[in-house]
Amino acid sequence: MASDKTAAAVQNLKKLSANLRELVIGKGQADQDEIVSIWENLKATPRTLRALVARNGSAAMEGLSRFRENLVKLPGAFRDSAVRHDAPTSDRTRSQAIFSNFFLHIHSTKIHPNSLRISTTWGLGISLLSQFAILTVTGILLMVYYTPSLDLAYNSIKDLHYVVPTGRLIRNIHRWTAHLMVLFVIFHMARVFYTSAYKSPREFNWLVGMLLFVLTLALSFSGYLLPWDQLAYWAITIGANIAASPNELVHALGLPKIFNLGDLNKELLLGASSVGQDALIRFYMLHVVALPLILTLGICVHIWRIRKDGGLARPGGTPTAAGQGVGTVEEIALAPQEQPSKTYGLMCVVRDKSPHTDKDPDETVSSWPYLLRAELLIFMINMLVCIALALFFDAPLSEHANPAVPENPAKAPWYFLGLQEMVSYSAFIGGIVIPTLTVIGLALIPFLDREDGESGVWFGGAPARKIALQSVIVGALAAVLAVAVPVNFGWLRNWFPGIPQLIIIICNPGSLLTLAYVIWSLNVMQQTRSTRLSAIALFTCFLVGFVILTYVGTFLRGPNWDFFWSKSSWPIH
Amino acid sequence: MPGRLEPDPIPRRDFIGIYGLWAAALAIFGSILGMMRLPKPRVTPEASTKFRAGTPAEFSPGTVKIIPEYNVRLLATEQGFAAMSLICPHLGCVVRESVDGFLCPCHGSRFSLQGTVLAGPAPRSLQWLSITQAIDGSLVVDTAQETEPGTFFQV
Ligand code: HEM
Ligand code: FES
Repeated sequence: MASDKTAAAVQNLKKLSANLRELVIGKGQADQDEIVSIWENLKATPRTLRALVARNGSAAMEGLSRFRENLVKLPGAFRDSAVRHDAPTSDRTRSQAIFSNFFLHIHSTKIHPNSLRISTTWGLGISLLSQFAILTVTGILLMVYYTPSLDLAYNSIKDLHYVVPTGRLIRNIHRWTAHLMVLFVIFHMARVFYTSAYKSPREFNWLVGMLLFVLTLALSFSGYLLPWDQLAYWAITIGANIAASPNELVHALGLPKIFNLGDLNKELLLGASSVGQDALIRFYMLHVVALPLILTLGICVHIWRIRKDGGLARPGGTPTAAGQGVGTVEEIALAPQEQPSKTYGLMCVVRDKSPHTDKDPDETVSSWPYLLRAELLIFMINMLVCIALALFFDAPLSEHANPAVPENPAKAPWYFLGLQEMVSYSAFIGGIVIPTLTVIGLALIPFLDREDGESGVWFGGAPARKIALQSVIVGALAAVLAVAVPVNFGWLRNWFPGIPQLIIIICNPGSLLTLAYVIWSLNVMQQTRSTRLSAIALFTCFLVGFVILTYVGTFLRGPNWDFFWSKSSWPIH
Repeated sequence: MPGRLEPDPIPRRDFIGIYGLWAAALAIFGSILGMMRLPKPRVTPEASTKFRAGTPAEFSPGTVKIIPEYNVRLLATEQGFAAMSLICPHLGCVVRESVDGFLCPCHGSRFSLQGTVLAGPAPRSLQWLSITQAIDGSLVVDTAQETEPGTFFQV
């Protein structure tokens, strides 16, 4: 077989060489040259190939090295795509840093030293922001385990407290920070009030602040139900019945039951006629979605508005508030070449409507680094305080909710204990009428006190300080009387057993206390002819009344809401 | 020339434009009203307000039975049966029995043995509840049905 094939191959080769010979001999010189050149090319093929590979290979290398370069430059390129200015080393680049950054541009690029002084704000607003941030983060973490169902809610809190790694710390931080936030929102409101920082053009921001105040309280209250323990169950039962307390009036007037608007309130709040699964899910929704969302929006408006009102209130007044006068005729009347093509918030540091470059009418300093550093400091202090509180004190968790046996005494969180004290005179007056009037009254302050005066300084003069001090004394005396008289002598029902309910509702220690405060402040107005001083009198009275009633509710009330000088004298049962 | 970017002053705006705006405003307002209807439940999820408290034979005159699930106190006397709610009419806490009446732990309202309010913030007396008899003879109390204080149900 093999020899056959070999023989055939030899035969073919012979034929080929014969053909070739014939081809070469039979053709002319030109053909021969061509054949030689083909042969030469054939011989050169490996070299050509090598060159080709070498050439293309280096191109490929070139692409690779460029890619490598890009990789090396990645962090820088990444930074350049996000940040469009040089390192913040000069005033100009620092301003740019603030101005072109989404998260920083809420600051003005320059700030007045007065706004930076700690005694102007005590850092209270930034503390509130920090606390809200801490609450959001810890709240999201708690949601990982918390389950809003009657069967599971209490146990999931227990798990968080005793089983989940870091669960107890996170829960404690969330709880204590919530308390701090309520405390600070009151402090912040007081500082804005006493520094007259609510005056024009800041009336609207005071209103936004009132919204934030109410929302902060609502957030705390809605969170209170979630652990589904005894404290939670009875606090929310009482709260929901306060919402239903207009019924008291309907009953006292002898009107038919259709007028029971309170029932509607309660049903909307609880989704049922008593606290149960529907209430839990509603409060959960309010606490984790609705209220935080509205609060976030409100905070954005509040902070934005501070810029638009020309930064913080300060003595000597603010230069033209940004946005003020925009679109008015005078502005359009400027010569075309003087018209700014764009209006920046930066204008708020400038005293005129056209841009003044290279002029600083206000001795302002760069927000970067002075303001940012101050804010970071406040944030760190808040973190420190919240973590420290959480390490040393555990958030309370009482027994599982029991609708048949209320806690005795059943106390709301501390900031509602002043309210609870008033509610213990009359649910409708103390729980609805007085708080509503207080909120409306507070909201109206900047609109009723329109006196020109220095904004941004505490009290602003000796008369104000004197009135404030007098009001502390008057407010304290009246509040102590309002508690002491019913404790020692009883109230109308004890004196005149048959007295109509309507009179008991209207005429109670809480309403008389409020009336006394209003009369005192009207009296100050008449004596001093100053709405500002009268506002100071009223605000101070309310603040002192709040502190005293809260103190009484927290420390001096025991079982059956009886009065005790100390907890050690509570009856044992 | 008036156009989208430089609209006519309002007075010359066309009729349809103005009515379009009003229609949009009304639609949004209407939707908000519609949405507000959702949170108000058509029926509340609670169990029935009526419950059987036992047969008359179970109670000799003078017995008191407390039904904790409903916070109701059933009293049997020579004159008949009476049921009283133990829910404080002030803000809904559950009152406790004391030597001479009832005490509310939450804000200190005090009631007589008949439920009459004596002191504290409660705006009215404890509710007496209606009693009826089912076909099988057991006493049925309805916590949603109030009766005059001092009404006794005779079997
Ligand atoms: C969630 C609650 C709140 C947050 C996060 C918040 C935040 C802030 C911040 C960061 C400032 C800057 C200056 C400062 O620290 O004082 C500020 C100023 C101000 N706040 Fe608030 N605030 C809240 C609630 C309130 C309340 C309850 C009021 C009053 C009813 C209020 C009224 C004002 C006013 C009028 C200013 C401008 C003060 C000035 O120009 O000097 N805010 N707020
Ligand atoms: S709930 Fe009974 S006194 Fe308030």
